[in-house]
Amino acid sequence: MKHNLILRVVSKILIPLIILFGLYVQFHGDFGPGGGFQAGVIFSSAFILYSLVFGLDTAEKIIPPPVLKVLASLGVLLYAGTGVASLLLGGNYLDYSVLAKTPLAGQHIGIIVIELGVGITVAAVMLIIFFAFAGRGRT
Amino acid sequence: MIDTILDVTLLAFIAVTAIAILRLRNLFAIIMLFGIFSLLSAGLFVVLDAADVAFTEAAVGAGISTVLLLATLALTKEHEEKIPSHRPWLPLLVVLVTGAALIYGTLDIAPFGSASAPAQTHVAPLYLEQGMAQTGVPNVVTGVLASYRGFDTLGEVTVIFTAGIAVLLLIGGRRRENQTRKEKE
Repeated sequence: MKHNLILRVVSKILIPLIILFGLYVQFHGDFGPGGGFQAGVIFSSAFILYSLVFGLDTAEKIIPPPVLKVLASLGVLLYAGTGVASLLLGGNYLDYSVLAKTPLAGQHIGIIVIELGVGITVAAVMLIIFFAFAGRGRT
Repeated sequence: MIDTILDVTLLAFIAVTAIAILRLRNLFAIIMLFGIFSLLSAGLFVVLDAADVAFTEAAVGAGISTVLLLATLALTKEHEEKIPSHRPWLPLLVVLVTGAALIYGTLDIAPFGSASAPAQTHVAPLYLEQGMAQTGVPNVVTGVLASYRGFDTLGEVTVIFTAGIAVLLLIGGRRRENQTRKEKE
């Protein structure tokens, strides 16, 4: 993979843009199309592109697989934890209205936090699956 | 008018892609056609004003699953094995009966965009009228997905998480095992 100069240069320009777009989709999902699911997939595709061009070992140095496992669980925990938090504050499970002083602000916080949880889990799981499949061909 | 032309064109392309996928034996070409199939469906969703679904279809169907299928292809052969010829009558009968039942089912479906369709009269008006006031989110799809249907989305995330765990359990630990075996030898 050392001689693909064009691929290396182009992907070095593209990867930051892909990550930026992923973040935009993540946090702009309330206003436009998008949300945690799409953002997670876009985010992971940036790292998949990186590992396709620069090799799996280099990519695993940037995001070690143990970290991915923690991140995948963290996303689900964040989502379910928001539900528990609203339970503790006296509302129903996943009723975000009690999370802040006004119901609207609470809804906003809740939606952003759970979308973040979805994004983290989706991105981590996509990378876990890709690394598992791509790593198996290597002996 | 333009919508109808776009619909028919995209559907025709989807049908052509599907037939090509059926007839091809080269798995690499089939995976590429799968990606094209997803991209065409995403285009169709855009024409139907379902931008969020189109987004997901383009990102997951045309993007990630193509990469994952290619990664799988690297582990197998590039050509599908020639299956020995068999009698197609029983499968053909099953397909014809199922297809006829499905087409019979479409006769009852409300016309496209009909306001009196059951799907539009149950909770959808509530979401559309109260969504902005209750959740403060301009994108109704996000409001429904994250707030009204929070339990469903939690379930979806759990499904994805479970899929990741399953892949890790099935093929994830393999490499380390091989390495330790080599070290022992």
